[in-house]
Amino acid sequence: MATRSIIPFGPQHPVLPEPIHLDLVIEDEKVVEAIPSIGFVHRGLESLVAKKEFTEYVYIAERICGICSFMHGMSYCDAVEHIMEVEIPDRAKYLRTIWAEMSRIHSHLLWLGLLADGFGYESLFMQSWRIREKILDMFEATTGGRVIFSVNQIGGVLKDIDDSLMNQLLKSLDDIEKELKAITKTFLNDATVNNRLRGVGILTAKQAVDLATAGPFMRASGINRDMRTTGYNAYKDLEFAPIISKDGDSYARCEVRINEIFQSINLIREAAGKMPAGDIATPIKGFPNGEHATRVEQPRGEAFYYVKADGTKFIDRFRVRTPTFANLPGLLETLKGCQLADVPLLVLTIDPCISCTER
Amino acid sequence: MAKVSKSPWVLHYDGASCNGCDIEVLACLTPMYDAERFGVINTGDPKHADIFLVTGGINEQCKDVVKQLYEQMPNPKVVVAVGICACTGGVFKETYNILGGVDTVIPVDVYVPGCAARPESIIDGIVKGIAVLDQKREAMKQGKLPELNVEDISEDGKEQASANEAQNAEAETTANAGEESK
Ligand code: SF4
Repeated sequence: MATRSIIPFGPQHPVLPEPIHLDLVIEDEKVVEAIPSIGFVHRGLESLVAKKEFTEYVYIAERICGICSFMHGMSYCDAVEHIMEVEIPDRAKYLRTIWAEMSRIHSHLLWLGLLADGFGYESLFMQSWRIREKILDMFEATTGGRVIFSVNQIGGVLKDIDDSLMNQLLKSLDDIEKELKAITKTFLNDATVNNRLRGVGILTAKQAVDLATAGPFMRASGINRDMRTTGYNAYKDLEFAPIISKDGDSYARCEVRINEIFQSINLIREAAGKMPAGDIATPIKGFPNGEHATRVEQPRGEAFYYVKADGTKFIDRFRVRTPTFANLPGLLETLKGCQLADVPLLVLTIDPCISCTER
Repeated sequence: MAKVSKSPWVLHYDGASCNGCDIEVLACLTPMYDAERFGVINTGDPKHADIFLVTGGINEQCKDVVKQLYEQMPNPKVVVAVGICACTGGVFKETYNILGGVDTVIPVDVYVPGCAARPESIIDGIVKGIAVLDQKREAMKQGKLPELNVEDISEDGKEQASANEAQNAEAETTANAGEESK
């Protein structure tokens, strides 16, 4: 047996925009075990419910993570609205759906760029992020922010998208679709990319279920599960089917995410066509009292929010379980037996979002 | 702004941020904002870096990492705090795990406000950082260790600085040129 050594990976590492630490136990070039340690970005955000009023906390919830900021704010509001038994207007539901899908597009494009950077394809990284700027421009036009939007409020949303803005958005989506098709060819057909991704870090369907993984990481192993099919927001009126792939390797994960971008573009188009007129928010009265759990499909997978309120202006307990947290055991499994050189790539394939995992 | 003479390499580290500022830092390097036209290159190696971009506040666990990264960087070096979290602790200031802004553990030269800081202001912060870097380099050439730009700092800043210098034999820590872009 070759001698074993331990290589520390992170917390500061060129491929990681965020800190996570792994102790890699290796034999020659092969990883036999990976031991994670987390907590570098822990802020203790859940405890702020005791200091901020429940209406203000929307803005804190958005700052769980800057990538899915919209979805965090939305899900927190959704949970509180359920407790207060407020039915939000249909138009607000559609607006939330549109912004949520835009978040998915921006998150997946960001990931594609990081993946390309991870295997050293600099120009592909730049191209992905160039396309992503278009969606950020639309975020800025519709909400006023590029990363943190603050458009949610309990009872609905704060801003509306009027017809001319909607047309602009749809036009911009056409551009994005066209440009994405061009880079998709490289991501899915290029020989270099294929060599780096095919057969690397396989997670079988059984492992995916046993380890309770989530999101595209799970769907790439052939599990058909997408929280959007539960029909929250406007998803009940929209037609779509979860995107899955069979192989369970890094290539499959890339494929699933690329196809999800196209799916999101179509979902926005459909939602824009069906969007009803009307108010964008329902006024709320009183304080929440009760508890509720909300489950939504974030770009990285299913996120779970729990809110418990006791009838005062402060929420009693707020808890989030994020998809990256669910995906870590799966990641550790795929790392076993991989080559040391593939570790950065594999860490990226779960699309880790550490700030929401550690909050 | 002083004349920009060298191409600075930046090292980026995420303290305890929400990620928002980090993706904006990365966005600076991509075609839309393209900080590379100022010769800015993002490096993963502290030994290669001139400018340290820190996002997010400081918590118990990342405190030592930030200090170590700072110590590993060769002189002269500049620290740019990106985002309101890195400046003061921001919205997370009241949580139990955040000690405060980046200046609680290392000296900061340029503060970039915003939540999230916009790429334009991050680039502006880097360019201001280059000017500070030039000053520090000049000071080092003349055999002096990086010194304070006394006119630019307030009274208590001076006291703070002299106290630090006394403590720190290398005196590398305080070159706070007061470049607060707040
Ligand atoms: S300043 Fe705002 S966007 Fe930046 S890390 Fe802090 S909370 Fe996130």
